[in-house]
Amino acid sequence: MSYLEYTVKTTPSGWRKVLHLNWPLILLLSAVAGVGFLMLYSVAGGSLQPWAEPQMKRYGMGLAAMFVVAMVPIWLWRNLSVLAYLISLTLLVAVELFGAIGMGAQRWIDLGFMRLQPSELMKVALVMVLAAYYDWLPLRKTSSPIWVILPLLLILGPTALTLVQPDLGTALLLMTGGGLMMFLAGVHWAYFAVVLSAGAGTVWAVFESRGTPWQLLKDYQFRRIDTFLDPSTDPLGAGYHITQAKIAMGSGGWTGRGFMQGTQSRLNFLPEKHTDFIFNTLAEEFGFVGGISLLALYVLVLIFCIAAALQNRDRFSSLLTLGVGLTFFLYFAVNMSMVMGLAPVVGVPLPLVSYGGSAMLVLMIAFGLVQSAHIHRPR
Amino acid sequence: MRRTPKESTDSWKKISRRALLLGGAQMALAGTLGLRMRHMQVDQADQFRLLAEENRINIRLIPPTRGRIFDRNGKVIAENEPTYRITIVREDAGEIDEVIARLSALVDLDPDELNRAMAEMKRSAPFLPITVADRVSWDAISRVAVNAPALPGVTPEVGLSRFYPQHGNFAHVAGYVGPVSERDLTRYEDPEPVLSIPRFQIGKVGVEAKFEDALRGKAGAKRVEVNAVGRVMRELDRQEGDSGADIQLTVDSGLQDYVTARLGIESASCVVMDVEKGDLLAIASAPTYDPNKFVRGISVPDYAVLRDNDHRPLASKTVQDAYPPGSTFKMVVALAALDAGLLSPDDTYWCPGHLEVGSRRFHCWKRTGHGHVNLEHSLRESCDVFYYELAMKVGIEKIAAMARKMGFGDAPDVPMSAVTAGLVPDKDWKRRERGAEWLIGDTVNASIGQGFVLSSPLQQAVMTARVATGRAVRPRLIKTIDGVEPPIEGGEDLGLNPNHLRWVRRGMYAVMNNRRGTGYRSRVDHEPYLMAGKSGTSQVLNRVVRNEDVPWEERDHALFVAYAPFEAPRIAVSVVVEHGGGGSAAAAPIARDVVLQALYGGTPPLDAYPASDRGRIEAQQERLERERRVREQEAQSRA
Repeated sequence: MSYLEYTVKTTPSGWRKVLHLNWPLILLLSAVAGVGFLMLYSVAGGSLQPWAEPQMKRYGMGLAAMFVVAMVPIWLWRNLSVLAYLISLTLLVAVELFGAIGMGAQRWIDLGFMRLQPSELMKVALVMVLAAYYDWLPLRKTSSPIWVILPLLLILGPTALTLVQPDLGTALLLMTGGGLMMFLAGVHWAYFAVVLSAGAGTVWAVFESRGTPWQLLKDYQFRRIDTFLDPSTDPLGAGYHITQAKIAMGSGGWTGRGFMQGTQSRLNFLPEKHTDFIFNTLAEEFGFVGGISLLALYVLVLIFCIAAALQNRDRFSSLLTLGVGLTFFLYFAVNMSMVMGLAPVVGVPLPLVSYGGSAMLVLMIAFGLVQSAHIHRPR
Repeated sequence: MRRTPKESTDSWKKISRRALLLGGAQMALAGTLGLRMRHMQVDQADQFRLLAEENRINIRLIPPTRGRIFDRNGKVIAENEPTYRITIVREDAGEIDEVIARLSALVDLDPDELNRAMAEMKRSAPFLPITVADRVSWDAISRVAVNAPALPGVTPEVGLSRFYPQHGNFAHVAGYVGPVSERDLTRYEDPEPVLSIPRFQIGKVGVEAKFEDALRGKAGAKRVEVNAVGRVMRELDRQEGDSGADIQLTVDSGLQDYVTARLGIESASCVVMDVEKGDLLAIASAPTYDPNKFVRGISVPDYAVLRDNDHRPLASKTVQDAYPPGSTFKMVVALAALDAGLLSPDDTYWCPGHLEVGSRRFHCWKRTGHGHVNLEHSLRESCDVFYYELAMKVGIEKIAAMARKMGFGDAPDVPMSAVTAGLVPDKDWKRRERGAEWLIGDTVNASIGQGFVLSSPLQQAVMTARVATGRAVRPRLIKTIDGVEPPIEGGEDLGLNPNHLRWVRRGMYAVMNNRRGTGYRSRVDHEPYLMAGKSGTSQVLNRVVRNEDVPWEERDHALFVAYAPFEAPRIAVSVVVEHGGGGSAAAAPIARDVVLQALYGGTPPLDAYPASDRGRIEAQQERLERERRVREQEAQSRA
């Protein structure tokens, strides 16, 4: 734990910090959000209501939150990491308990202006606590078994809590994100090799068990897998959504059918067109050119995160920045795979574009942390 | 605990290595996503575009307007009248129960229909119009229109429905239309899509069914854009269809109306045919029914009444019922004998009132016998023994050949339902169908149109027309289709010796105009319109009893055929009164009235009738005229 690692004297202070913000990153994020406004305007049939305007307001709020978070020195955030993790964990447990008892099947906390999902908070808190943990842990102990178990517990706790909600998508994101944080921190590759091969073995065993007396999944679960692998086997049931989503994307062609001219989304063939499947509207109306441009923006955000992390000699800051970039990447990669039919539909929004408050606010706070790390990096 | 510079550098090196490794993997994944996008949006774009178009574009058929049916003078027999129905769109109605309550205060809503509509409304999408009242009156529609602001979601809609303004008169000829049934669909190998339009109607019987293709026309189509739940967003384009062809019948509806009324409540039929072209001027079957009931979908009790009536109103008796022709067949036997050279007009046979054939005794209708009978007398007084003798001489094969030449044994080519071929028996037929040898007694029976011989009233009329002209007249029901007259078939010379025909005709003339003729009481007393005819009685049960002594359904059928005017024939008529008793008593007066009505083109003057009949005829004419006015008024009030 070393405050002294930061050379406070060379760190900008006061309003000068604004000049040292990672402005290109802010511009990229705003561009992505702008694409979101445009698409929300389009899917509402050319109207700011009911989605585009609230989304703009939320983005404004998110931007403000980002600035506030960025102004606070990163070492303060590091010291608050464990607290943030504990608060998130408590909220997750609370929502699980009270959601089950008193509030119906509610999985969120009403803040008045928005609904906060503790599982969203946890995505950032987990990145923070793991970064802080590996900052605190001497480098040589990183791969020793006892010190590998602790972060595993940190990851599996919230994963299990979100899994029972049930929110398979978020649970998978938490687990993958946490695991990759451990990889970034330098945990020996052999651990990952073992886990990966064990996972592959399990999948193999599950498929091999089909139709045998020791079948590991129920028949209906296998049928769900079948539907994912070939949606056309169930065109009117579960496969309907993904089939329509693929039609929307594919029919866009090179340059798309024109702004607000996408028949699949305008005529409601496309499901969840303002949340999970908003990318298909973009791909339908602006075609391959539009889709690849948004993908490029996302990749640029990721590259700027990695670059910022590599510039930063502080271990906590690097890990945090890489972790936020990773979380961002997982969001858009899983969502896009899902809407292109490469992954099962698990309900992961497209970051900063899909309509939704909690995910956006949490993401902006996370980028605030990245900005703080950038401003207060050792020089 | 401050890190050593070495530790710090190690940490940075490790993170950098792993970050670059992971970053590389992330880029690779993003690249995969990009490639997948390219594959779907560039390589597979066409097929996805097609699927998207299939999703959104729906083809809706526009039902064609059915062709109308007219009589020979352009009077309407079948037309399309606007019908009004009331529909409700649930999502526009808001408080549906309240709207229905308000609506039922204005319009009589059938509770059954309403329950069905409510059930349908719950099942179907909220934006689809559901019919709550069908075939409502114009007044009801106006009331709904005036109160439109209080009835959100309620729309009066107009459609076309078949209407037969002449009601029963053409029920058996034009037939009727009805909704497409499952059976109709299976009848066609590749049913036209238009048949699956709700409420679409097709011809079920008669001309409506036989000329279905011409009358139906071609459906148009419009392409509409629909959304995911099937709501129509807009019309993309439309292609109008062709309305069906109008058909004009040869029937004169004035005469048809008269004939139908004249037959009245009898179970009877009558055909009036133009002997030149074969035009059917009237072809009526009684009693009849209102085809409009079938268009609306006849109720089960209404249908049961028609089905269970022993006078069989649903049967088209003129073409689908075959009767033994009775003595009207004697012209055929006489012509066969003349043609075979086995009879000359002066040959006589002795009629003692019966004839022994083998061990069987065949009676003449006149038990006391006719004495010496020649051809003219045999027809005039309908002597049976004369024909027994003649037929045994000629043989059944020659008689059958002549019968076929005169139009028996073959279904007349008229576009009506269930047209029968009747039956002309011969030795082959009996061996084939009955597995027995032809007996001489069969020939004797056939000679007076009993036994196996069967013919329809239409065939009788054709035979009469052929005797009157000597030409192969064929019946014709269709005058024009879409304004084009189909070529007239038949009319070629039958190849009969004109003298033979003249002798037979003279016999038929004597039937009507000789004091001793069987039809003398039903003669015409107007020189230019004198008739020639022949009565017939076809036995229902082979018993020797008086008709008055047996129940109605066991009485003989009364038949009569005639043509007129005798000197220059214009029309041939055949009448069958089922269970009417003797042909000369029950059928001949009808034939005479119909002939005069046809030749005068309206109600004939009383002096066309013999003086002794005029009082009775005047009363009958007044009664029919009164009934006609009542029908006319009813028709007007319904329209």
